Amino acid sequence: MNTEKHIKTLIIKKPLKLDCGKTIKNFPIAYETYGSLNPKKDNAILVFHALTGDQFVTGINPITNKDGWWSYAVGPDKAIDTNKYFVICSNVLGGCMGSYGPSHIDPSNQNIFGTNFPVITINDMVNAQYNLLDHFGIDKLFSIAGGSMGGMQVLQFISNFPDKSETVIPIATTSSHSAQNIAFNELGRQAITADSDWKNGNYDKNNTIPGKGLAVARMAAHITYLSKKGLQEKFGRKLQEREDLKFGFDADFQIESYLRYQGSVFVERFDANSYLYITRAMDYFDLAKQFKGNLSDAFINSKAKFFIISFTSDWLYPTQENKEIVIALNSAGADVGFVEIKSDKGHDSFLLDVPDFLYALKNFLDKSYTEKKNEE
Amino acid sequence: MKNEFKVIADLIEIDKKVLDVGCADGVLMKFLKNNKNANIRGLEISKEKVQECIAKGLTVIEGNAEKDLKQFPDKSFDYVVLSQTLQAFLNPELVLDELLRVGKKAIVTIPNFGYWKVRFHLLFKGTMPITKTLPDEWYNTPNLHMCTIKDFFHFVKSKDIKIFKSLALNNLSTSLINSGNLGIKNLFADLGIFLIEK
Repeated sequence: MNTEKHIKTLIIKKPLKLDCGKTIKNFPIAYETYGSLNPKKDNAILVFHALTGDQFVTGINPITNKDGWWSYAVGPDKAIDTNKYFVICSNVLGGCMGSYGPSHIDPSNQNIFGTNFPVITINDMVNAQYNLLDHFGIDKLFSIAGGSMGGMQVLQFISNFPDKSETVIPIATTSSHSAQNIAFNELGRQAITADSDWKNGNYDKNNTIPGKGLAVARMAAHITYLSKKGLQEKFGRKLQEREDLKFGFDADFQIESYLRYQGSVFVERFDANSYLYITRAMDYFDLAKQFKGNLSDAFINSKAKFFIISFTSDWLYPTQENKEIVIALNSAGADVGFVEIKSDKGHDSFLLDVPDFLYALKNFLDKSYTEKKNEE
Repeated sequence: MKNEFKVIADLIEIDKKVLDVGCADGVLMKFLKNNKNANIRGLEISKEKVQECIAKGLTVIEGNAEKDLKQFPDKSFDYVVLSQTLQAFLNPELVLDELLRVGKKAIVTIPNFGYWKVRFHLLFKGTMPITKTLPDEWYNTPNLHMCTIKDFFHFVKSKDIKIFKSLALNNLSTSLINSGNLGIKNLFADLGIFLIEK
């Protein structure tokens, strides 16, 4: 697979001091853009991807040949309208779609980093991505948006750079990773590291990879992205291409077959070590802790307009955790709106065709943009 | 826009920070934003109404006034508006306290159960009154704690809440209420509007 020609990269020459204490420099950040930057450079939206996403937000992902992860929301005439806005998204630090990560070569010994790659945080990710603004000559973004881990980056970004975005859209996210979510991530990591092909992270990506462990990690995580009701309605106890139970351990049920499929396709596109690193970054995320336990201090200097969105059936990043962000923003006196969208599609709702969500997102962006233009 | 909203808007100076509790589809919010340059927020329980507000470019938080007012810091708004919903809460006293905690001033409007048409309806028909401001049947009304202008006037006084202005509305006519004309106003107004502070 020749991936290089599809991937745009920006080499960050400036040293970046990571939260773990190490400093990196001359490292690549892979990115993609959609739409065009207007002459005033005030129509840019920086989109942040979730755990297993990448820079290919919409259209056909040239690496996987599948639809981009936010194709429902981003594109011409869609909620994030690329006829109007210039959308930028980059692969996170630690990722496996071209940005600096554990599958890169360690300059000190010419070996693949593996677990010698420094542990990164959400803060490190956004500090690396901030360089994209300079690259495009953008003084202030029109918006920053993202769901799940993308939402964590949104919150961290506006906290680090309070005057760098007009509007801020954290979706289905949290300001502090919960014990339950750390637990699920640990389950995934244990599945990977228990695979004998993981070899302490020193597997050869082009040869044998810890595919079984990574697939189990994905299967477990995938369940957390759905809702009980959604699963029951889609699969129930339906059997997989058979009349009756087979009294064995093949996939009798459609849900089993579905999960196995999800696991197997994931292994083809995602790197196991990146999975370890990115889940770690999520677990370490605790924005309130960065401000001595007072979350509202994270937003105290921001004049931005915030819009928080949660989903009724999301039990991974439930409404209550999203509301805590709203409460902190109110305490900080920020301009904040909030809506909980009714959906049976669980945490994944933000990635799917959920009309009420897309309608709210579009209205918020377009009305804010018109208002901004009227004020000029 | 209904007359009630015009009267409310007249009580609010320009450039103020205002919270509209139970803002519905945002008609009052939009008016205050456009005509009073208000820095306006809404709190609304209905998802559909929240969507309508977003579509109008208004900043709204989906939430329930009985539970979600507590997220706002003390005196974080110049005015908090509550239009015709105090009687629909499980605990109106608690909501009133919250309004006065969050707002430097509060504007509360109440459908008047002492209005003569309401009294006549109950007296002569012997069934629960249905009027323009009380349109629902007894079995499907959201109203739990109906009161009269007189009740509210006394209640507010008993809580040491300062009344800056109290107005009686009947269709398009608006008049001031004071302790001298309270009985008359309580009979002829279908809506009471109170500007209060604690």
